[in-house]
Amino acid sequence: MDLRFTPEEIAFRNEARTFFEATLPPDIRRKQMLGQRLTRDDMVTWQRILNKKGWACPMWPKEYGGTGWDAVKYFIFKEEGYRAWAPDVLGHNIQNVGPVICAFGSDEQKAFFLPKLRNLDLWFCQGFSEPGSGSDLASLKTRAVREGDHYIVNGQKLWTSGGHHADWMYALVRTDTGVKKQAGISYLLFDMKTPGVQVRPVVTLDGHPYTNETFLDNVKVPVKNLVGEENKGWNYAKFLLGNERAGIARVGLTKARVRLAKALAERVYVDGAPMSENRQFREKLAAIEVELKALEITNMMVVAGMKKGGAKHDPRTSVLKIKGSEVQQASLECQMELAGPDAMARQVGFMEAKVADAIGREGMANSAPNYYFSRVLSIYGGSNEIQRNIIAKAVLGL
Amino acid sequence: MDLRFTSEDIAFRNEARSFFESNLPPHIRRKQILGQRLPKEDVVAWQRILNKKGWACPMWPTEYGGTGWDAVRYYIFKEESCRAYAPDPLSHNIQQTGPVICAYGTDEQKAFFLPKLRNLDIWFCQGFSEPGSGSDLASLKTRAVRDGDDYIVNGQKLWTTNGHRADWMYCLVRTDTGVKKQAGISYLLIDMKTPGVQVRPVVTLDGDHHTNETFFDNVRVPARNLIGEENKGWGYAKFLLGNERAGIAKVGLSKARISLIKALAQRMQVEGAPLSENRRFREKLALIETELQALEMTNMVVVAGMKKSGGNRQDPRTSVLKIKGSELQQATTELMLEVGGPHSMAHQHEFLEALTDNAIGPDWAGTAAPNYFFGRAVSIFGGSNEIQHNIVAKAVLGL
Amino acid sequence: MDFDLSEEQRMLKESVDRLLEDRYSFEQRKTYTKAPDGWSRELWQQYADLGLLSVPFDSKYGGFGGGPVETMILMEAFGAALVLEPYFATVTLFGGCVRIAGTEAQKDALLPKIGEGKLLGAFAHSERNSRYDLADVQTTAKKDGSDWVLDGEKTVVIHGDCADKLIVSGRISGGQRDKDGIGLFLVDAKAPGVTRKGYPTQDSLRAADITLKGVKVAAGDMLGESGKAFPIIERVAQSAIQALSAEAVGGMQEMLDITVEYLKTRHQFGVPIGSFQALQHRAVDMLVATEQARSMAMFAAMMVDEKDDAERAKAINAVKVHIGKSGRYVGQQSIQLHGGIGMTLEYKVGHYFIRSTMIEILFGDTDHHLAALARAGGLIAPGTTA
Ligand SMILES: Cc1cc2nc3c(=O)[nH]c(=O)nc-3n(C[C@H](O)[C@H](O)[C@H](O)COP(=O)(O)OP(=O)(O)OC[C@H]3O[C@@H](n4cnc5c(N)ncnc54)[C@H](O)[C@@H]3O)c2cc1C
Ligand SMILES: Cc1cc2nc3c(=O)[nH]c(=O)nc-3n(C[C@H](O)[C@H](O)[C@H](O)COP(=O)(O)OP(=O)(O)OC[C@H]3O[C@@H](n4cnc5c(N)ncnc54)[C@H](O)[C@@H]3O)c2cc1C
Repeated sequence: MDLRFTPEEIAFRNEARTFFEATLPPDIRRKQMLGQRLTRDDMVTWQRILNKKGWACPMWPKEYGGTGWDAVKYFIFKEEGYRAWAPDVLGHNIQNVGPVICAFGSDEQKAFFLPKLRNLDLWFCQGFSEPGSGSDLASLKTRAVREGDHYIVNGQKLWTSGGHHADWMYALVRTDTGVKKQAGISYLLFDMKTPGVQVRPVVTLDGHPYTNETFLDNVKVPVKNLVGEENKGWNYAKFLLGNERAGIARVGLTKARVRLAKALAERVYVDGAPMSENRQFREKLAAIEVELKALEITNMMVVAGMKKGGAKHDPRTSVLKIKGSEVQQASLECQMELAGPDAMARQVGFMEAKVADAIGREGMANSAPNYYFSRVLSIYGGSNEIQRNIIAKAVLGL
Repeated sequence: MDLRFTSEDIAFRNEARSFFESNLPPHIRRKQILGQRLPKEDVVAWQRILNKKGWACPMWPTEYGGTGWDAVRYYIFKEESCRAYAPDPLSHNIQQTGPVICAYGTDEQKAFFLPKLRNLDIWFCQGFSEPGSGSDLASLKTRAVRDGDDYIVNGQKLWTTNGHRADWMYCLVRTDTGVKKQAGISYLLIDMKTPGVQVRPVVTLDGDHHTNETFFDNVRVPARNLIGEENKGWGYAKFLLGNERAGIAKVGLSKARISLIKALAQRMQVEGAPLSENRRFREKLALIETELQALEMTNMVVVAGMKKSGGNRQDPRTSVLKIKGSELQQATTELMLEVGGPHSMAHQHEFLEALTDNAIGPDWAGTAAPNYFFGRAVSIFGGSNEIQHNIVAKAVLGL
Repeated sequence: MDFDLSEEQRMLKESVDRLLEDRYSFEQRKTYTKAPDGWSRELWQQYADLGLLSVPFDSKYGGFGGGPVETMILMEAFGAALVLEPYFATVTLFGGCVRIAGTEAQKDALLPKIGEGKLLGAFAHSERNSRYDLADVQTTAKKDGSDWVLDGEKTVVIHGDCADKLIVSGRISGGQRDKDGIGLFLVDAKAPGVTRKGYPTQDSLRAADITLKGVKVAAGDMLGESGKAFPIIERVAQSAIQALSAEAVGGMQEMLDITVEYLKTRHQFGVPIGSFQALQHRAVDMLVATEQARSMAMFAAMMVDEKDDAERAKAINAVKVHIGKSGRYVGQQSIQLHGGIGMTLEYKVGHYFIRSTMIEILFGDTDHHLAALARAGGLIAPGTTA
């Protein structure tokens, strides 16, 4: 047992650190630190920088542009990215539809989509959830009926995040109603410009139109855009679960936030002394750091197990999801507490980086909306209650 | 709305306060402050002092010895009692089987039992739970079969607290197996000296003998000891369990513990300064006090509602009182142990039992650990906190 | 990075697991508590025969040459079995002092004997007023010719009742809470002037309050340099916390397993209580806490030998905070989910709860370590702002 990184891993860490420091555009870094929303262009710029370096989609099979890293290296890459305030890449492209196409797509689909996904020439959104189907995703109702070389799709998706930026959607649709709910679902790709697709913004608590409703009205989707086999879509969607284990807890991001909070605390005065000297504040942060350290080690154990080719479903993955979201939420809560009255002005323009100057201290101006938005971390991607159900069943046998 | 006590209430509070201060025997008070167990004679002695004053069973109907107080008065009485470190009266007598006998007993039962319950001439224990029937109490299996003028009782009860001290047990038994489980239960009073009753101690985490298993082997119980009607026992039990609402949160007890903790913290040195000056410790206490204040307000609202409605409406907030009340009682025992720290590591059974005055280490810390351990039970018995959550979900939230 | 055990470590784990499986059922343990010392001398010899008592000692002294990972393996197993024998007192604390600060001669004289099971030791450091302050020493050590004379009282000395030898801290100079001026002394437990009052602790272990009245110690029986013992005491306390963290994890895992098993077998309302989602989620939260605590026990193993004093101290603070919190949570929930049966000493789970409560107190509780960690600036260095 050796809990330290190998010299080779340390060399890689240094390489990644230098890369991020040297190539992350300062304006993006600044937005990230200030907790501002990135524009579509910001996302594309950064993704293309990564792609040029060959680090656009590390965990894809090598023949499609993956780096061939093991899980530990990937973990290091993610951690260093967070450390430098690099944005998360567009998960829908890189962690979701990309790997599914790599695994189940036709040669034609691979050739067409994969290079574009890597380079963010095509922006994908996810059409899974529906008004009546959230945690119980398999109950989804959006219908796709085969007509010659097309599927005709009708229904409604909810929570299509980034739908307004997107060129394409990967969607789960019902192609067979006569069977067990999981068995009648297919995985379709379609162009958002297809007639009949209508996107309506849904503004989240932070005041930003992060997500959307998408209405599908007799949308004609060529059959060649079906991924894999008809009615096997549920398996492809499930294949994704557990795909993003190494980075799920975002330890590095929370660390970066704690570092930032400590720096900010030096400038906020409470009862005549900087908050950084305030005992209660320090203890609160220290308590978060303790949880975070435990999470980091758990994360390292999971990736070390993955590197060894251990069980795909390490029960600790759900621990990473539950604790990871809780600790992220705690760190953002703490940042808002630090801001105090500075958190009160509602300044969506500054949050969206459309306005240059913040009301109050800029470093804390977005702390309230970011706190609100962080509540989603325990809801999406399988809510924390669903994670508990999974552990209760799969690990504890209850 | 007026959140203050009336001037009469305040006068009563003062009366109660001086009564407790001048009548609680100092040796009992001392044990209470030290968190020691009271021997039977202390509990009896105190009950008789209350009885002499006419305060033995405040909430019973006045014709059986009750005081006629409304819920607010009773609440004040309980609070003042806690404040003075007076022991709780034996609830099995006063809050549980006493009111059941008042409400459903025969004249003969009333005449025989009630004066003795008040004066603790007879000590009752409760025989409800069984090995297979805890939260799901109605599933109980102890059988009582009618045989002439007697019932023959067979079965086993578990968790008979004070069974080893008790003269009598009030017991739920199954008298009909052919019906819905709640409909076949009867409420019997059993003399613990009856042949076939056997009590075996069950030692709890504090190392103490509070509770027992009780075995019934062909125990003959005269049918005149049946309360009310046969197979109606479940209704009486429910009446009994809903009875102790005003005092369930034990706000006064938690308050008394906090005062005590504050006093001790002044004496305890931590890294060169008294613990009472330690900021983190003070903040922790302040948080508990805030919760306690909220609980006290809720408690008053419930109590005031009872006063208005004559006390017969089941207020679902009672469950909130139970949940929060037990959590705060536990928080105070936890904090007490944190104050004790290493001083509370020694296992000192005799000191806990007040069989010796000499503690290992400071006496105030000698019972902190066992009382913390035992404190875990308050969220388990009397309807566990999970069951209370279920009740609130159903009755209040309509889930 | 590699979390797998080496072949040797696996063998160590197997041998201790096997022994405890054979000899440490809950019923067997009960009989050991009734022995005069409250633990089994016979098993102690078996530990010695298996080499467990010399695990952290160098092979020069007949030891196994193990490090923190080996300690973790043992302590986790001991925690799972609720072992009563004075391993922690003798090997971790007493042996730790000797290992860290002893001269060659002292190590030669003491470590092999510990390994052979022929010497029991205890660390007589804490006092009535010291609480968690390791520098708070009022027992005096006065020079008398070339000898030393100790006077004072030590409290809650773990397994001080049965120890053959004690390591006693005494103040040579300075004020009650000064870090400078403390010495460590090897004292025969039967030396004139030593009186011991033994008693059981809450968790069925044993401890003693020890009075020292004019106890003479030869110059050669001082450990480390005169007046410079504080850093040694700190190191030993840190090793102790590392060991306790592993023990705590062993206990937590056991509480979780016992509770989950109970949830599957206990029926109320005609169904296993484990079918109630409220209880399932609580059990999962116990698992999450246990896994996180395990990670911190690993962190402790990784950091306890760290060279940088400040980093090591902070890491150990963090470990104790987590172990304290998670142990309390898992302990309380294991009782709650059992209902009444969890409250009795006749049933296993409560004993783990009690032990984890005592572990939280030993060598500083959660508040103490959280405050220390916060004072030291936390684990993560401040960054820059935009
Ligand atoms: C900001 C945001 C962005 C999103 N982006 C996308 C996206 O891009 N594409 C997409 O397809 N979806 C997206 N989602 C949807 C997300 O996946 C769902 O919100 C999630 O699956 C939960 O479903 P729901 O919101 O319908 O809640 P529900 O499933 O209705 O759950 C409500 C509550 O009940 C609990 N619950 C449900 N079932 C159980 C159970 N069996 N046991 C215990 N508790 C249970 C839940 O944990 C939750 O607390 C997004 C959501 C948000 C808020
Ligand atoms: C110290 C002590 C003294 C006692 N004294 C007496 C006494 O004098 N007389 C007497 O008759 N009894 C007494 N009791 C028994 C007490 O009433 C029971 O312990 C209590 O009813 C819980 O039952 P159980 O212990 O069988 O736990 P169980 O009912 O088996 O419960 C185990 C766990 O499951 C949970 N659970 C059960 N059902 C549900 C559900 N539907 N949903 C969610 N969670 C659920 C519980 O909350 C608990 O966490 C005493 C108990 C203790 C600990």
